[in-house]
Amino acid sequence: MSEERKLRILIAKPGLDGHDRGARVIARAFRDAGFEVVYTGCHQTPEQIVHTALQEDVDIIGLSILSGAHTYSFPRVMELLKENKAEDITVIGGGIFPLEDIPKLKAVGIKEIFEPGAKLEEIINWVRTSVKPRQALQA
Amino acid sequence: MSIIDQIIAGDVRATARLLRDIDDQVPSIYPLLKELYPHTGKAYVIGLTGSPGVGKSTLVDQLATRFRQEGLTVGILAVDPTSPFSGGAILGDRIRMQRHFLDPGVFIRSLATRGHFGGLTRSTNDMINVMDAMGKDIILVETVGVGQDEVEVANSAHTTLLVTIPGMGDEVQAIKAGIMEIGSIFVVNKADREGSRKTVRELRNLIELGLRRKEDTTWEPLIVQTEALKGVGIEDLYQAIMKHRAYLFDNENGQLDSILMKRARSQLIEILRDEALKAILGRMEAQGMSLEDLSRRIRNKESDPYTIVHEVLERELK
Ligand code: B12
Ligand SMILES: Nc1nc2c(ncn2[C@@H]2O[C@H](COP(=O)(O)OP(=O)(O)OP(=O)(O)O)[C@@H](O)[C@H]2O)c(=O)[nH]1
Ligand SMILES: [Mg+2]
Repeated sequence: MSEERKLRILIAKPGLDGHDRGARVIARAFRDAGFEVVYTGCHQTPEQIVHTALQEDVDIIGLSILSGAHTYSFPRVMELLKENKAEDITVIGGGIFPLEDIPKLKAVGIKEIFEPGAKLEEIINWVRTSVKPRQALQA
Repeated sequence: MSIIDQIIAGDVRATARLLRDIDDQVPSIYPLLKELYPHTGKAYVIGLTGSPGVGKSTLVDQLATRFRQEGLTVGILAVDPTSPFSGGAILGDRIRMQRHFLDPGVFIRSLATRGHFGGLTRSTNDMINVMDAMGKDIILVETVGVGQDEVEVANSAHTTLLVTIPGMGDEVQAIKAGIMEIGSIFVVNKADREGSRKTVRELRNLIELGLRRKEDTTWEPLIVQTEALKGVGIEDLYQAIMKHRAYLFDNENGQLDSILMKRARSQLIEILRDEALKAILGRMEAQGMSLEDLSRRIRNKESDPYTIVHEVLERELK
């Protein structure tokens, strides 16, 4: 009985930002949407985030940040994914971002950004349509 | 390099992807698992079970640190519950293990129960084998810790730690109710809290009672008090594990053989059950017998489940 392949998501909070309410809300929403959510808590370095993503074989990384430190951590995560040949992992972000930063983040490969007030339904729908669970290994 | 070679060489991505396929029961895992099997048998497996929130993940974190000090590599499998409503899960055990995220000598994998009972997942034994084959010296397995009968881990582990905390009268009762027998070592975590000594006393009484009922009385379960959050008592716990390990490997007692036999047997039955069911369902489907129709006949009281199952088995096992 091959089980249905579940989407695996890592929700991570980079940097010293302690605002974890949004990340928890999102993690719960993803669980309720039927995804398997790895949650690692606050204060993660980009290195820790990428190592975790690789070990957990996630399809998508969701970065949550409200402190404004995204200009370093987001591009660094993308860089490390590339170094590890893991660009197939989709990265999205959520939290508070100055308007002018959003195109810059998308330019480094962040697929989508969700800001305060983003509807959970909308976020889940985006994930469902944009990300598919990775294919099985070929024996 | 083949996938097998990559895994044996410790490649994170290849291993992580195989673990995923095992969890999803993708048929292509079987040839790979067969090829990996000869490379297993070197790892020492330690199971941790106990009610939610007693500190299992924090203890795993501390033990991983301790084993790393010995220069040993560590694999961690940590199980959290799947929501029965959505089929999704939040896997949060890693929160307590952050300091190991960058250590190439530690591989952590979070797992969801996916409806499996017994404290582990359907995939855990296969995953232990993969981590073993990739060269991890120590494999720490944290159960989901939901009820009173997650005894499954004792069939997978060399040493089983039963974790409890002070001041939970019910907790000790629960242990009495069934899982007493599986503990190689009892850990009273959160010993900074009041009542730790009392809990130790209660446990000691229970162990003495239990020993009288057990066939194998050559191992008297040890009791260790810890404060996992501060790292207090971890050295005692480590020494207790080493003592149990020495006991298992002691030729006179020969307990290692009985543990390995227990593990082989439980894995054999598990796979046999799954594969037999799969085969029978496949053949039923090929013959146009749908579960839906059979269920309908039972629902309408045209037949009963017992008759139907015996009919199917008679036909299929001839
Ligand atoms: C609650 C709150 C706090 C609480 C945090 C509690 C907690 N554990 O989370 C407390 C009181 C502790 C706090 C402290 C501070 N705060 Co504060 N805080 C807020 C506040 C009012 C609300 C945040 C919140 O919880 N929203 C509710 C959640 C559900 O929404 P959300 O996080 O935005 O998430 C949504 C989306 O952003 C998105 N999303 C978020 N993450 C993700 C991830 C993914 C993958 C996806 C897909 C989507 C997604 O989806 C969610 C649902 O729509 C905001 C102001 C605001 N209106 O946003 C300030 C705010 C974030 N705080 C701010 C500041 C400055 C601080 C402090 C530094 C204050 C101080 N000087 O002490 C400290 C720092 C704390 C720390 N250690 O980091 C500033 C940040 C300014 C900036 N970015 O430049 C803000 C914007 C207030 C302001 N206008 O100045 N804060
Ligand atoms: N006071 C005290 N708290 C502790 C100790 N060890 C762990 N904790 C806290 O207990 C809480 C639960 O710890 P975990 O390690 O997540 O417990 P767990 O058994 O893995 O929990 P589940 O996986 O949810 O079943 C955390 O807040 C820990 O910080 C301890 O020795 N003393
Ligand atoms: Mg835990």
